[in-house]
Amino acid sequence: MTERSFISIQDVSKHFGDVRAVDNVDLEIAKGEFFGLLGPSGCGKTTLLRMLAGFETPTSGEIFIDNEPSAAVPHFLRPVNMVFQNYAIFPHLNVFQNIAFGLRKDKLSKDELTRQVDTALEMIKLEGYGNRGAHELSGGQRQRVALARALVKKPKVLLLDEPLGALDKKLREQMQLELRDLQRELGITFVFVTHDQEEALTMSDRIAVMADGKVLEQGAPAKIYERPQTRFAADFLGSMNFIDGQIKGIDGDAYVIETDQLGTIKAPNTAQKFAEGEKLTIGLRPENIQISPRASKVQRENSVNAVVKTAAYLGDRAHIYVVLKDASEPVLVTMQNLEGAISNTLESNLDVAISWSDRSVLMLKNS
Amino acid sequence: MSANPEKSGPSWLGTYTVCYLIFIYLPVLLLPVFSFNDAIYVAFPMKGFTTRWWAELAQQDGLFEALKNSFLVAVPVSLVSTALGICSAKALTGYRLFGKQIFTGLFTLPLVIPFIILGISLLIAFNSYGLPLSLWSVGIGHVLICVPFSLFVLMSRLESFDHSIEEASLDLGETPWMTFWLVTFPVAMPGILASLLLTFTISFDEFLLAFFLTGNDSTLPIYIYSQLRFPAKLPAVLALGSAILVVTFIIVTIAERLRRQGDAQLGTGVE
Repeated sequence: MTERSFISIQDVSKHFGDVRAVDNVDLEIAKGEFFGLLGPSGCGKTTLLRMLAGFETPTSGEIFIDNEPSAAVPHFLRPVNMVFQNYAIFPHLNVFQNIAFGLRKDKLSKDELTRQVDTALEMIKLEGYGNRGAHELSGGQRQRVALARALVKKPKVLLLDEPLGALDKKLREQMQLELRDLQRELGITFVFVTHDQEEALTMSDRIAVMADGKVLEQGAPAKIYERPQTRFAADFLGSMNFIDGQIKGIDGDAYVIETDQLGTIKAPNTAQKFAEGEKLTIGLRPENIQISPRASKVQRENSVNAVVKTAAYLGDRAHIYVVLKDASEPVLVTMQNLEGAISNTLESNLDVAISWSDRSVLMLKNS
Repeated sequence: MSANPEKSGPSWLGTYTVCYLIFIYLPVLLLPVFSFNDAIYVAFPMKGFTTRWWAELAQQDGLFEALKNSFLVAVPVSLVSTALGICSAKALTGYRLFGKQIFTGLFTLPLVIPFIILGISLLIAFNSYGLPLSLWSVGIGHVLICVPFSLFVLMSRLESFDHSIEEASLDLGETPWMTFWLVTFPVAMPGILASLLLTFTISFDEFLLAFFLTGNDSTLPIYIYSQLRFPAKLPAVLALGSAILVVTFIIVTIAERLRRQGDAQLGTGVE
């Protein structure tokens, strides 16, 4: 038998009638990995997760978990547990009974059962909450109980469907880190689904970006964010300025690209190959663009004159839209509002210059 | 009247409400009032206070026989129709059933067929198959009309609860069968109790079908109807009616409270 990854999703499709919810997906997930499935709603990420859980059967393709083909295994025997989007806490049971639910089959002694549930309560920092009814819990507490309920089963894989979607922003940020720490501590493989790019970036070891049932690209958060290969992923994660261009030639290690808005620019040679004369899309992250006064003597790598259209104040940072000479789409620039920074003095119709480094220029294939 | 003019409706609304309530409840309230009136005829002015009609009631053998028959029918009917209601409601609220709308319509159709038509049809059916008329045939007729009520109560219960709790149970290693008993059934329990009480009351009170389908045994409503031929027995019937009224009122109140308690539990359960 050939060596497979811990979770191996091989050419899996799921059709609902005419709809291809999941379309020929291949994914390999390693043991102990925190893996994020990221995509907009309806991209098939939840269907993929539900196939891992055994709630849906693939129309075609195979899923292996720990080298076992999972199609033959009924869901109640799978070494996989799930944390549901709305937590699915049993409303008629208290916290203790909820957590003990999955241990019923193990025929544990009363002491052992209590010990295991207490350990789980300790893990989620809800000691002494055993007798609380499900309706007496806050959103964050429900989330923790759902987590403990799944983890007492000691699954090989924990699936999480939008685990933090129902929580408010502060709590979500706190839980992101807690989940992350918990996963590291337990060493269990976590696969989670989210539409929130920030959540995916914060928690995952690796991310798969999905759209229309397909996995567009996968990799470590920094790689996906900084070196996206597709326009969709570049747009979905964070913000991105897109500029049309055409390859003029290759100069040593760099491509030379002709654009209407920015003139002739250079971009580093990457894995993707482009032919001379090929049309492509240039991506520039708003945080990689600097704004300086037009009269500045500071010499920068690339510099283009622009006019400020709007400057939006967001507290810790500012969003500034500038218009280039040909004035098609405005370009977004984000900057930190540091004390004494130029961002505090920008206002509409001010003449400025924008600059960027060659390294920050992304080349994206036109599909 | 409310001091806040924005919150009170048009002025005639209060008057209308009072008239409406009188229209509904006054006739019903006359029943217990006249059951204590010291006269055979039900008419004003009232003659004086007596409990002899209630005493007379306790001595009628036919009454207790009919009461027993009614229980013999209503208890199994409530159990059977609620069991059928659970099965159908479970199927109709599940998310993948072909022709869900059509089935819901078919199941609830008996509600809109006039009971007299239903009674005659069943009578013809029983006769043509040579089935003897008895409390059994009454019971079958009652199940027919009780299932839709049970279905409505249970469907509203099952629809409002989140099916992911059933999936969670499967995910935690339970079989579909145990999931039903450990999760679906207990969560639907308030609805099931409400359905039992409601169908019991319907069967207990039902006259038309029972009248058509019974053999020699009479249920309570039939017994009451037969007593109305004798003017002297009317006050005792009023006493009986009052007793039924009170018991029914208590049962329905309990059923409704159970239903609401359940909803409250679910309401906070699924945020």
